[in-house]
Parts: sequence; C-alpha cells; structure tokens
Amino acid sequence: MTSVEHHGTAGPTLPQKLLRLNWPLVVLIVLVAGIGFAMQYSVADGSVDPYARKQMIRFAVSFVGMLVVAMVDIRFWRGTAYAFYGVSLLLLVGVEVAGSVGMGAQRWIDIGPIRLQPSELMKIALVVALARYFHDLNPRRIRHVFTLIIPLMMIAVPAALVVKQPDLGTAVLLASGGIVIMFLAGVSLWFFALLVASLGGMVYAIFISKGQDWALLKPYQYDRIAVFLNPELDPRGAGYHITQSKIAFGSGGAMGEGYLQGPLSRLDFLPEKHTDFIFTVLGEEFGMVGGLVLLGLYMVVLLFGLMTAMRIRHLFGRLVAAGVCMTFFAYFAINMAMVMGLAPVVGVPLPLVSYGGTSMLVLLFGFGLLLSAQVHGKVTFPRRGTVL
Amino acid sequence: MAMRRYRNEHDRSVFSRRSLVLFGAQGALATALGARMYQLQIIEGEKYAARADRARIRPSLLAPVRGQIISRDGKPLAVNRHNYKVVLYREETEDIEGTLDQLSALIPLPPLRRKALAEEIRRTRAFLPVVIAENLKWDEFAEVNANAPALAGISPELGLTRHYPEADFTGHLVGYVASASERDVERAGKDGSLLKLPGMRIGKSGVERVEEIALRGKAGLSRVEKDAHGRPMQELERREGTPGEDLTLTVDMDLQKYAMQRMGEESGAVVVMDIYDGDVLAMASTPGFDPNGFVLGLSQKDWLSLRDNEKKPLNNKAVSGLYPPGSTFKMVVAMAALEAGLIGPGHSVYCGGHIELGSHRFHCWKRGGHGTVNLHEGIKQSCDVYFYDIAKRLGIDRLAETARKFGVGVLPEIGLVDAKAGTMPDTAWKRAYKNEAWYPGETLHAGIGQGYVTGSPLQLAVMTARIANGGFEVHPRLVRARNGDRVKTRSLRGTGIDKAHVEAVKRAMYGVVNESGGTARRSRIAMPGYEMAGKTGTAQVRRITTAERAAGVFKNEDLPWERRDHALFVAFAPADDPRYAISVIVEHGGGGSKVAAPIARDVLLKLQFPKEIPEGAIPQGAAPVFTVEKEDEEDGSEDA
Repeated sequence: MTSVEHHGTAGPTLPQKLLRLNWPLVVLIVLVAGIGFAMQYSVADGSVDPYARKQMIRFAVSFVGMLVVAMVDIRFWRGTAYAFYGVSLLLLVGVEVAGSVGMGAQRWIDIGPIRLQPSELMKIALVVALARYFHDLNPRRIRHVFTLIIPLMMIAVPAALVVKQPDLGTAVLLASGGIVIMFLAGVSLWFFALLVASLGGMVYAIFISKGQDWALLKPYQYDRIAVFLNPELDPRGAGYHITQSKIAFGSGGAMGEGYLQGPLSRLDFLPEKHTDFIFTVLGEEFGMVGGLVLLGLYMVVLLFGLMTAMRIRHLFGRLVAAGVCMTFFAYFAINMAMVMGLAPVVGVPLPLVSYGGTSMLVLLFGFGLLLSAQVHGKVTFPRRGTVL
Repeated sequence: MAMRRYRNEHDRSVFSRRSLVLFGAQGALATALGARMYQLQIIEGEKYAARADRARIRPSLLAPVRGQIISRDGKPLAVNRHNYKVVLYREETEDIEGTLDQLSALIPLPPLRRKALAEEIRRTRAFLPVVIAENLKWDEFAEVNANAPALAGISPELGLTRHYPEADFTGHLVGYVASASERDVERAGKDGSLLKLPGMRIGKSGVERVEEIALRGKAGLSRVEKDAHGRPMQELERREGTPGEDLTLTVDMDLQKYAMQRMGEESGAVVVMDIYDGDVLAMASTPGFDPNGFVLGLSQKDWLSLRDNEKKPLNNKAVSGLYPPGSTFKMVVAMAALEAGLIGPGHSVYCGGHIELGSHRFHCWKRGGHGTVNLHEGIKQSCDVYFYDIAKRLGIDRLAETARKFGVGVLPEIGLVDAKAGTMPDTAWKRAYKNEAWYPGETLHAGIGQGYVTGSPLQLAVMTARIANGGFEVHPRLVRARNGDRVKTRSLRGTGIDKAHVEAVKRAMYGVVNESGGTARRSRIAMPGYEMAGKTGTAQVRRITTAERAAGVFKNEDLPWERRDHALFVAFAPADDPRYAISVIVEHGGGGSKVAAPIARDVLLKLQFPKEIPEGAIPQGAAPVFTVEKEDEEDGSEDA
C-alpha cells in the first residue's frame, strides 16, 4: 500500500481519498460557518435576508469547491503554484491601474457577476508559491542569505501593492503569512532577528514620515492609528467605530443580552455589523461565553490544522497547510483585536463568520489545499533540489 | 536516497519544533484576546452596559398640564386652550415644495414664512416634525384635517396654549406665561430640563409667577429607545406627571372688571379686600394690558408702545406703585398720638391756616384755617395744622412704630414679586439711607402723609382694613382654594392698639363721608346699613413755592397731567358693621374728594349690590353711579 503511494501515479481512488479526509476538521469548519449563519440571521433582525441566505449559498458553493480542491493531487497544486501567484500579482497590478483611473480605493475587479478581490486571492497564492520555493530549494542553500531575497521579494511586492490600495490589514496578513512560512521552512533565526529590527525601523519611519511629502501611509491611515492609540480623540468620527464597538461588546457581560436581543446592534449603533464588526454583535448577544466559544473553536481548527501539517511527509504540503493555518489565525486574531479596540480598524473580516463572498471562497480554497496536502500526505515529488 | 530521507526528517523535526513554537505564540495571543474579553465584558461590563443604555435610551420629560386659574365666582382667568397646529414630517413626503403648495391653498402661508420654513425643514432631521403653522382657526384646522390623507408628510396636531379670557381686566393680577429664559432654567435647578422642553411655558408675572410651582405640576417621564440616528423606536416606560393645581383666586371677576372699567382712562389702582380674611376681592391697575400677547409673542412695536406709554400699563400699580398717602395717613397719626397718651379724643388744636416751626411755615390746605378743631373734626375736615401739631409732639419714631402695625412701610405678604414695601421713615431709617440726622420739619411732613412716607394702594387697603376690623393684623391673600380645597385663613392677631382709639378714628371716618363739613360728603352712600366711611387724600407731587402760595395755588386743571396731584381715597363699608376695605388712587387725578371718592363709592355699591344698585342708594343731586352697558356673553370658545 505504501509503495503504491510512494511510486504510483495511480493513487488512491476517490472514495478512499474521501474516507481519508480529516473529517473532524471539516466538521469544525462547518460549525464555525454555522455560527456565522446564525449571526447573519441576527444582524438582519431575525431574517435570512439579506445576509444569511446568501451567505449559506456561498458557503455551500465554496464548501464543495474545498472538497474538490482537496481531492486534486497536491503535486498538481505545486505545479501550478507560480502560475497562480503570477496571475494574482497581475490582477493586483490590474486593480492598481484601474484604481488610479477610477475611485480612490479600488480593491476589486468585476468579472461578470463575480466581484473578485485580487488581494484575497494573493493570500493563498503567496502561501502556495512560497511553499513551492522552499520545497524546491536545494536544502544546502537554505542557509545562504542570498536565497532569501527571492522569497522576501515574493512577499514584499504584493504587500506593497496592497498597502497602496490602501488596505493595511490585508498587507499585514500577507506579510505575516509569508514570514511564518519562511520560519517554518527552517530559515535561520538570525534572519528573523534582523527582520524584527528592520520592521521596527520601518514603523519608526512611518511615524516620522507623517505629514512629510514622502508620507508612507495615507492620511486616513495615520488617523486610524492615532485614533486607535487614543479613541477619545474623535468620538464622533474615526473613533466612533471603536468606541461603539467596545460599548456594545462590553455591555454583553458574561452571558450576553441573548440571541437577537443585542440592543445596540439592532439600533444601528454598530458600523459594518454584518461584516467586520460581526464579532461585536456576537459579544453583545452571547457575552464572554459566546466570545470564548468562538475563539476556542478557532483555536481548535488551528490546532487540527497544524497537527495535520506536522504529519505530512513533504515540505510543500507542510508549508501550504501551515501557511493556510497562519492566514486563518491572522484573520480572526486581527479582527477580534480590532473590534475589541486592541488593533486599528483595518478592515479584516472574521473568517467564516463575516458576510462576504471572496474571503469565504478564498479561505475554503486554502482549507481545500490543506486537506489536499493531508490526503496526499505521503506522495513523493519527482525531484527535489532541481531549482537553484 | 538515504540522504534525502535524512534531510526530510531533519526538515520535519525543524518544522514540528517551529510549529509548536508558532502555536504557542498563537495560543498566547489568543489568551490575550480572551483576557481582553474578560476585561471588557466582566471587569468593565457594567460600565459599558450603562453607557449602552445611555446611548440608546433617552429619557424625555412629559410636560404636565398647567393648572387653571378661576376667579372666586368661577370665571376662568387662565385656561389651557387647544392649539391647532400643522406639522410636517420630511421623511414622509418626496416633494416638500409640492406639499406646501397644496397646503397654502388651505391655510395662509406667506412667501416669507415659506422661505424660513424651507430652511428649518432642511435643518431638521427627516423623522422629526417641523411646525408649519400653529394657533389656526378651527375651520382652517378642520380643512387641513379633512385633506390630510392627500397631503404627504402633513399631520394636523393638537397642542395646548395658555389663554386668558379676561384679557386686560386681569393682566396684572393673573400675569402671563412665556418660554423660560436661560436664567429661569438655571434657577430652576433640576427642574431646568423640564423648562427647556419645546412648548413649555412658565409664569413670568402675577399669580402665574408666584404660584408657578403649584401651577406647573410634576413632570412625567418617558423612556424611549432610540437608534443611532435618534429615531425613536419604542417606549420602554412611561410615568405620567401630576397636573398642576387648579387655583381659585379671591378676586371676584365682576367686581374686578367693574373696577377696571370704572377707572376708565385714568392711570391708577383700586384694591378691595375683606377686612377679616384678607381676601383681595379686586385688584385693579389701569391701564391694563392683554397678557395673551405675551404668550403668543409680542411684536417689537407692540412691546415698545406698552413699555414707553407714560401711564405704564405694564406696572401693577396696585402693589408696585408707591405714592405718598397724603391725608389718608392721618388716622394712623391720630392713633399713634392716642396710643402714646399724648392726646385724648377731645384734644383740640387751633388752626390759623399754618403753623410755625423755627423759621419755616407749614400751611394747612385751607387758606385761613379751620379755627379750633378736635380729633373728629380734624380728620373729618382733614385739617393739616391739627396733625402738624400732634406729629410734632409725638416725634417720628413713635409715629413709625404705630404706622408699621398698620402695614405702612411693611412688605405685604401677598407673594406677588413686584409688591413693594414703601417707606415708613424714622430716625434710624434716615441715618441708614440718607446718612443724615432727622429734621423736626420732616416729622410735620410725615404727619400729613407727605415727605418720605410712601405706600402702595394695597398697603393703604391693608391699613384701612386693620382700622375697620378694630385693629387686627389682617393680611391680604389672593388664593382662595387649591384644586377646589379652601385655603385656611390665617387667624387674626391683634395689633395691640386700644379698641377705643380705633373706634374714635372710625367714627371720624364716618364723619368724613356722612356728616356735613366732611371732605367726601358728596360721595356718600345714602342707603342705611350700606354707608361707607373713609378718608380723602391728595398727594402733592410738586413743591408749592412761596411765590405761588402768595399768588394763589394753581388749580390742578391748569397744570400739565404729570404735575397734577394724586387723588387718593380709602374707605370701608358698611360703616356700622364693616366688612370691606377699599383704596383708590388716581395718578395725577387732582383732589381725592373729587376724583377718588366717587370711584370708591361706585365700587363699594357694586360690591354690596352686585345685581342692581337700588334707587336712592345715593343722595339726590350726586353724580350718577357708573354703569357698564351689558355686553353679550363671550363666545363659548373651546377651552380644554
């Protein structure tokens, strides 16, 4: 059996693969999505329209997509990794060009009825491309500093494009996902020491460039940071979101006001309550218990994901799986920190719970890759170390 | 192959180690998130819950219905009248201009008002009403009402406004209400937010002001949940307030109206009070003003014409006008001298027309003098020399002590904020206020109610009432009942004046009106049992120079209005068993006997014969009693 997997191009049959699938993880994902449906139902004042129904349909489509992706041999995904990355990068440049022509902050491309956000696509594309890079890398060269320039560029270029959109949250998400892959790939710890130092320098540069001609961030991003650091600065304007969110969240107390009973959510005090601030609604209606349950579920998903990754026999699969987990973690950690006033309002959705098509699709595509790596955890790749 | 496997195993162990480190770091961050939840929801949860309630629940006060004021005889004096208004809700109409065009066909909407409205509508939030027109006539309102379904966004609504049916006749007494000023709000303390409610009015003068707290009632409370935009969603709690007290005044509207009309064009005041319970039966101050104008808002022009009128229609002269009492003060001087044991009722003084004090000569009003006069004749004929003489010997301090017992120089406890205390001077007063010694000559002036002595018509009525009731300290009052429950009268305290002394003075006052030689004999009431007893007074407002006195004192008719004497008269009736006291002051009216006494006679007749004054109530040849042509009963206006 093992030998077949090792050598055979004739892999396991589809039913075998399905059986092998990490079903507990799949169930957990459905569970989290279910919480999302319940919250979408609640923010619409106890109605499946306009959010919950659409969200369920999107989830169903994405879920099937995830299973399909999981069934495809992981070697196929390695093969298409750079192409995927390249297309995503082109689309990112595309919105940049279209954005400079059109509105100030263009983040999507309309392809027929689908509204595609290339930055979302890039989150997974970057993971896959970096995983391939390190997988293909001659192991002897991983200690060379020079070999790290290419992955750094692979991270920096899309991150810079996304910052320009401007979408600080996604940029942070991209960068952290990329760095984590480098970390797990075994890059020297000195590199990370250096990275932390230079990041510190960059933050410093961002702050001193404020108000200069060469300001690194848009004024509203500075505002968001300033208001994040001191929300009372502008209680009616930029600080309004954070303040209202903290009030609504805090008023939930231990047990919450009850499902469909969150007063501030119902009374329109919360901005973006169906998307970025859905966790506030959950906090108001289910209290700390509800918040901890969701956080716990997320952490269990993360743990299952990482444990799955560790069991994969090839570096590409491990890195893809871990990268997806990291992206997932970054999503919910940043979103929760944001609505609880621990991070600036950066526009990162709560994974599987916030209303929104692209992020759901992309995230489940990522989980599909993770599952594909898991299902095909023992396959061998033709050659390793051929590049560089 | 082995090498590759080794590398792979090495990679895997690095990956696993680092994965665990990563998961540890993520776990730490997740713990931080959990801790933040604990901080926001458990530690600070109560604070945020309170802030959430404050953000969404707006308590709003419900204005209580203001108490009504009626007269002793049940006539409404201050009522709440339906205010028919039309409001617009912007969010309910797509074409505001079109709606207003349609509306202007039904009610008058001048272009200027339209322009102001457009601005107001623009500024007001879409779901809040804008008052398009108020105080509409019933038929206009009915028309809008009938067409309301076709008028998108238009809603006919009913409010309340204060209305004073007796208008000018009770303007000073009842007062009026208006929107609270910032100072009112400040002074009201925790009731301030109630005063700020739109449409809320508070008493600004008269009884409306004095009884403000009672009339206002207690505010109700409504707790309304509103959304982030301020749109009301649902009422969570409603506690109705307590309506204000309905007040019944002591004033008899028939008499009040009669007194006001009797004064006619004159500027002055009439106060009638019950000498035992202090009920003020009439408190007229002329000219009057219509308080309704102040409720709706007075135009600048009307306000200025009221303010600048030389007859000061806005002043309640009955309580705030201060006049030298003149000869009406002589009873008090007489009683002071009797009390001091200085004179007996039989004490006589020779009047040769003047008295000397040092180098000054003090004149009697009667050139040539009265000859020898006793107390009775002195009051009856109002001999100045008699009172110069006893005042001089009495001294100002002993005079002031007695005068205060009769309310002269003492603030009447009537509550009206504009009531004044007047002045009863003595040596201490002069030192305190003028920083000067008292001159003996000033005592002589005080002895005939001139000089520094001043009092309001109300104080003169109180003084007269205390004489009439035999020297008891009666206090005037305006409120007879609250919510229909009678207000207990104060028990009468004696002033300590010897009853015999009061009686002597009362007999002399009888003489003033009813005996030959009395200064007010022409104004007597001839009906036995209804006679009045009184005292005339003429208060000089100018100085008569020696030259003028030598050439003959000018007659009042020859002087400009503002330099003529004030005419005064105080009286009580019935003379033998008194019950009512009256004071009349006609500013610059001339002599008290000629101008003020006939007014007192007519008012007392009206009081004693409310239906019809019988034939023979007045002697043959006397001036006829003033009567008002019967007017039609006012229309049954829709009072709430």
